[in-house]
Amino acid sequence: MTEPREGKYRKERIDRGIKARSDTVYIVSSPREIMYVLLPRVLPVIGLLALPLVLGEGYWGRVLFLCCIYALLALSWDFMASVGLISLGQAFFFGIGGYLAGAANLYLGLSPLFSIPIGALGGGAICTLLLAPVVRLRGIYFAMITLTFPLLVSRIIEATKILGGTHGLPGIAFFPNVYTAMYVAVPILIICMFVFRRIMNEDYGTVLQGIRDNDRTVMSSGINIYRYKIETIFISGVTAALAGALGTHYWRFVGLSSFSWDFTIVPLAGAILGGAGTFAGATLGIFILVPLSELLREFAGLRIVFYSLILAVCVIGLPEGIFHYLQRKYSQFERWVAV
Amino acid sequence: MGNDVLLKVEKLRRSFGGIVAVDNISFDLPKGEVLGIIGPNGSGKTTLINLITGFIKPDSGKVIYQGKNIVGKMPYQIANMGVVRSFQMVRPLYHLPAFKNLIPSLYAPRVKKLRGGKFGERDDMAIDILDDIGFERDSFVPYKLANALPHGYLKRLDLARCIALRPDLLILDELFSGMSMSEVASTLPIIERFNEQGLTIIMVEHRLRELFRVANRVIVLNFGSKIAEGAPAAVMESDEVKKAYLGTEEDGS
Repeated sequence: MTEPREGKYRKERIDRGIKARSDTVYIVSSPREIMYVLLPRVLPVIGLLALPLVLGEGYWGRVLFLCCIYALLALSWDFMASVGLISLGQAFFFGIGGYLAGAANLYLGLSPLFSIPIGALGGGAICTLLLAPVVRLRGIYFAMITLTFPLLVSRIIEATKILGGTHGLPGIAFFPNVYTAMYVAVPILIICMFVFRRIMNEDYGTVLQGIRDNDRTVMSSGINIYRYKIETIFISGVTAALAGALGTHYWRFVGLSSFSWDFTIVPLAGAILGGAGTFAGATLGIFILVPLSELLREFAGLRIVFYSLILAVCVIGLPEGIFHYLQRKYSQFERWVAV
Repeated sequence: MGNDVLLKVEKLRRSFGGIVAVDNISFDLPKGEVLGIIGPNGSGKTTLINLITGFIKPDSGKVIYQGKNIVGKMPYQIANMGVVRSFQMVRPLYHLPAFKNLIPSLYAPRVKKLRGGKFGERDDMAIDILDDIGFERDSFVPYKLANALPHGYLKRLDLARCIALRPDLLILDELFSGMSMSEVASTLPIIERFNEQGLTIIMVEHRLRELFRVANRVIVLNFGSKIAEGAPAAVMESDEVKKAYLGTEEDGS
């Protein structure tokens, strides 16, 4: 095609005029520019909120709920990773939240309305207390400690036979109905995503990212990095324990399987695949991985083989993560402007 | 220049295994002075700074700052009291834009209460400070990722990070190392200006000519001990200092 507009027009990136100084502050002047900024934020939210109605009560509805739970875990992992705390113990947070909510419901007779917040906050507090002594550790050393916790607690439950021992706690109350469950989980996920993003864009979040980059520099800037790390673990712990509490009430059961390796590794894989550091990326990664793993069930024994291959190809092909890639491409859209 | 002592170091000592890195060092630092600390490599200069700022705990001795012994306090507590140090090896927050490197300082309890902290307000403060130190606000430099900045800029970014904390005592650990001549020439007046505004400064430095321009007094370390102290010119005349820097006749050739 010839370029009829050559001479009078040139190409310009759409975001050029509207990004003011930093990536998070926009100056918009036309409805088109407002759309450019708002659509990528609003459309996924509308889509997520509509999904339960589209998928209904059946099999894929259950997959959606599972996605929400894994996505909350991935957000929780991503939040800790943003502060440089690499966790291999998301299953621990998850299991503690699940057991607390289950016990509150079964032994104290509390409805899910109360047992879920108890599970979330109590679980967050327990995890924070247990991890607070080791916040001085960095990188792989911290990861090793978090790795041991789920193993430790599940053995304790097995050996002492408390909380149902190896049988777990069956007979926990369900949500009023399936739609309630989905319309609790989906908004919680959306709120978490935007709240985390907001925290990271605040000065508080800048300090947290600084701790990830170089904790000694931040410390000599007069910041008590240990307090900030503990606060991070609490926020992240509450989120993961909340996922556990939701799961317990959905499955009407909590057992040692809550501490299983799946709840550590799938969120981590999702966050890496989607793009670590952007909470939307972690969610996107989970919403690709979990349905994919369900679709591959047709291959029975070979399921994990295909799953691993697809995961490996994605990580090698897009090491930055899917979300970072999409974000970059979106900001490169161009339009014709008069010279 | 007032005569009240801001910092008093008393018989500070620290050994690593069999090596005594800092051996019974004492000195006083009056308010408003620029104190230079020099010495050959491995003479204990950086260890001395780490001891004063709490990154390493001393075996014995006291560091008295504004009348209080600060030995045993955490580095962030000492920084909040106004003793702020720069690093010899640059350690910027690599994944953040240059001006965001100042946010932790501006968010520290010492400075936080000075301003409200509406969204973006600390960013403006950070850019003001950087502009003052030679990162022109209308250029791209303050907004670049710290990753992408050259070494000389990173050293000055570290200086800006310290200044953002509004220190009473600024400790510069080889600020000029790795800077080009023109960068040194433009940074030196900034330091002189801070000193004129009443900031007390300790400078550890290998570039003696620049140091002697600003320092009122110099301490010379060798093998962890103080071997000389006094006005810059007088100190360099001392035989012991010449020996430490240039070697004796025997091990000379």
